[in-house]
Amino acid sequence: MTVSGAPTAAGPPERARESVLVAMSGITKRFPGVLANDRVDFDVKPGEVHTLFGENGAGKTTLMRILYGFYQPDEGEIRLGDERVVIASPAGAIRLGIGMIHQHFMLVNTLTVAENVALGLKSSRGPLTDLARVSKRLSELAERYGLRVNPKAHVWQLSVGERQRVEILRALYRDVALLILDEPTAVLTPGEVDTLFAVLRQLAEAGRGLVFISHKVKEVLDLSDRMTVLRAGRRVGTLDRSDATREALIEMMVGRTLVTEVQPPKAESGAVVLGVRALVVRGDRGDDAVRDLDLEVREGEVVGIAGVSGNGQRELAEAIAGLRKPSGGTVRLAGSDISGAGPAVARSAGLAYVPEERLRDGVVPDFSVMENLLLVDSHKAPYSRLGFLQNSVIRRHCARLVEEFDVRTPSLDTPVRTLSGGNIQKLIMARELVRRPKFLLVAQPTRGVDIGAAQYIHNRLISQRDAGTAILIVSEDLDELMAISDRVLVMYEGRIIGSADPRTAAREELGLMMAGITTPA
Amino acid sequence: MRAVGWRRVLLRWYALPGSLLAALLLGAAMMAALGADPLTGYHALVVGAFGGSTALGATAVRAAPLLLVGIGICIAFRANVLNIGGEGQLALGGLASTATALALPGLPAGVLVPLVLLAGAAGGALWGAIPGALRAYLNVNEILSTVMLNLVAVQIMNYLLSGPMVDRTQNSTFGLIPETRVLPHSSWLPILVPGTQLQAGVIVAVVMAIAVYVLLRRTTFGFRVRSVGISREASRYAGMAVKRTMTAAMTLSGAMCGLGGALLVFGSTSHRMVTDGSLTGFTGSDGFNGIVVALFAGLSPLWTIVSSFLFGGMLVGGDALQVATGVPSTMVTTLEGVLVVLLVSLEYLRRRERLNALAPPVAGSESSLSQRVLAPFSKGASRVPACPPSQLQPGPVEGSGAVVGAPPGGPQ
Repeated sequence: MTVSGAPTAAGPPERARESVLVAMSGITKRFPGVLANDRVDFDVKPGEVHTLFGENGAGKTTLMRILYGFYQPDEGEIRLGDERVVIASPAGAIRLGIGMIHQHFMLVNTLTVAENVALGLKSSRGPLTDLARVSKRLSELAERYGLRVNPKAHVWQLSVGERQRVEILRALYRDVALLILDEPTAVLTPGEVDTLFAVLRQLAEAGRGLVFISHKVKEVLDLSDRMTVLRAGRRVGTLDRSDATREALIEMMVGRTLVTEVQPPKAESGAVVLGVRALVVRGDRGDDAVRDLDLEVREGEVVGIAGVSGNGQRELAEAIAGLRKPSGGTVRLAGSDISGAGPAVARSAGLAYVPEERLRDGVVPDFSVMENLLLVDSHKAPYSRLGFLQNSVIRRHCARLVEEFDVRTPSLDTPVRTLSGGNIQKLIMARELVRRPKFLLVAQPTRGVDIGAAQYIHNRLISQRDAGTAILIVSEDLDELMAISDRVLVMYEGRIIGSADPRTAAREELGLMMAGITTPA
Repeated sequence: MRAVGWRRVLLRWYALPGSLLAALLLGAAMMAALGADPLTGYHALVVGAFGGSTALGATAVRAAPLLLVGIGICIAFRANVLNIGGEGQLALGGLASTATALALPGLPAGVLVPLVLLAGAAGGALWGAIPGALRAYLNVNEILSTVMLNLVAVQIMNYLLSGPMVDRTQNSTFGLIPETRVLPHSSWLPILVPGTQLQAGVIVAVVMAIAVYVLLRRTTFGFRVRSVGISREASRYAGMAVKRTMTAAMTLSGAMCGLGGALLVFGSTSHRMVTDGSLTGFTGSDGFNGIVVALFAGLSPLWTIVSSFLFGGMLVGGDALQVATGVPSTMVTTLEGVLVVLLVSLEYLRRRERLNALAPPVAGSESSLSQRVLAPFSKGASRVPACPPSQLQPGPVEGSGAVVGAPPGGPQ
């Protein structure tokens, strides 16, 4: 189904088989509503840094959690050297010499560094602790790899970079042969990143295998020996360092999944519906994720926001939807100022929002299809009268929506958590569009959605635009944006660094902008 | 995932009767160990609780406050707020209604009875609103705050009952027993069946249970409470006032408990508010027993009617059991404790089965009720500092964590 857009995509080289540390083949993992991994092959050789590259939700973390024993694969096998293994738990993974460093550190803040390292290990002194010995060996390891940390320091006293060093030391203390690092640079300053990379290179040279999970092109090119690109749970291809370029990687990451063949005719655009002025939004880490951003969306227009994830798109969408308070600037919707006023105000001003995290924000998973369709308008007539839900009206209304939006569900009373991703998305679209919004905000409309549903969703968006709704789409799928947007804006490090008309612009140009390179006009 | 079919069936259909049976068997073993005949004991218990109109009346009267606390618990738990403050809310409800009756003794019964019931509900509502608002707006753990407020309530109660509200009519007990005088006759809950204890409070409790069922199932407010209880994120996204809803749910929960407190005073045979200086002296532990009642009913208000009657019967029959066998009536309390442990473990198992079977892992959502109930008891609790909540949430989505209930490897 997916046409691989990788110019130099290749399978893992056959010749390398004899020296493979660990090999995963044909790994498939399904979660309700999501196919997280689809027949993925992946291997690591001793002495190399093998990067897993792909956008958020591509299945990188899931694949590595399977290797680390968090999840069991539905299909596929894992081989350690020549031996087929079943990794039932993280403890089992550690016994096999596999270590993983998570995005969020797993340290006990109130304990010291040495105590954290000793946790879960047998003491050499029986029931008594042997912290002195642990500290000593820890210092040796720290010395050898340049990971300077005071073993007696309490974890809460350490900086983020130091905590990560403790995690790495803990893995080294257990003498892992394979170390998985899940987006280790996300929390680090540029200086700390350099130090980390030096350490990782040194570990690889010592013969260990490393898996580096990232979606940052520059870091991937700096560090890796090989890189495997995942998209929508599938392996797009594997590149050697010598074949890899920035453009090739981005091309492989965003891909050509889109099936909408005909470019829709541009509808006549009218008055400004959404006006964003000098918007500043703080991200979860406390830095500004959106910096001084201006944006306008007009009636009957689809504006697409492209960009590699983590460049402030999520924060922008949440600020517009009222879920995140901006620290500066204004958001005006259909003439009224809704900045920081909350989701209820934004909605009554005419907002409809299809969120990125659909199982977290978009639906209440344990609620039925009917209850989820009612979620936004439960207090409004005719669904509610004098505070009582009008069940027969609601049931009729929901039956009509399910029919009209082709939500495939056994019944209206089926819990939404059992539906597929595409059907959940159609349900959310149904609920949001039936409100006849003035402005529709859609984040990652077709991520994790099967192709048929994706096609349907695109057509729906276009007909909504033709009906006069102003639409803003945030997506990491460049082809999707180019197919259905009237204007594509590229977001990079919290700013919009360029815009293009998708009918005339070359996707290479947009790809470069996504990597932060602006060509002088 | 394959062989769990029969386990799910077992958990679904046999869990409840199974727990009850296990508790009864344990009770039988205890009676046998104490040298009593279990069959005689249980016979006495059943007859004492359900044999004849007098027994049934006593059971119903005993069940009514339990039922009110139970449905209060249902409301709060549906909003994913754990109300452990039933004891304090009962006391505040009792005090507020008693104070009303003492202040307005001249009113006719048709006015005074509804008034004292309302006052009771208001007192409990206040004691529920405080932890509710603290939880919603300041993220103060409601388990701690409700338990602490129980301690505050007992001091208020002791002060009022031995000071401003103390019985001054009988010099002999003045200042010794913390109790009020006999409350005006016009404030008594009318007896429904002459010759029994059955009073109108029982009807009030059953009507409230039905009302709460309708509220949760059929009203917009109830919809919001349930939505907020399952997913605060999605509720916020949908434009609901999440914090206000949580506070309101706790307020209502407290109001139900407070109403139960009024019943304890005005439906009693002594018709006065009395304590022995402890909360249980007034409440008879109904604030805690109500939680058991609600859990036993699967947090459904209608089933709570049934389970409160059952537990009320056990408490009433416990006395008969003591008379017949010499085994202390507190044995019933032990049985209840066993039941709680079994039920909570079963709820955990059921949850885990469901997770194994479906588990659409939801990133960043609130932990489920059963996890929160269990958290203090499970091994995982000690690991919490090592694994931030976001890690404990399962998710196929990048950046979220592993399966709930199976804390990621971390240091262990």
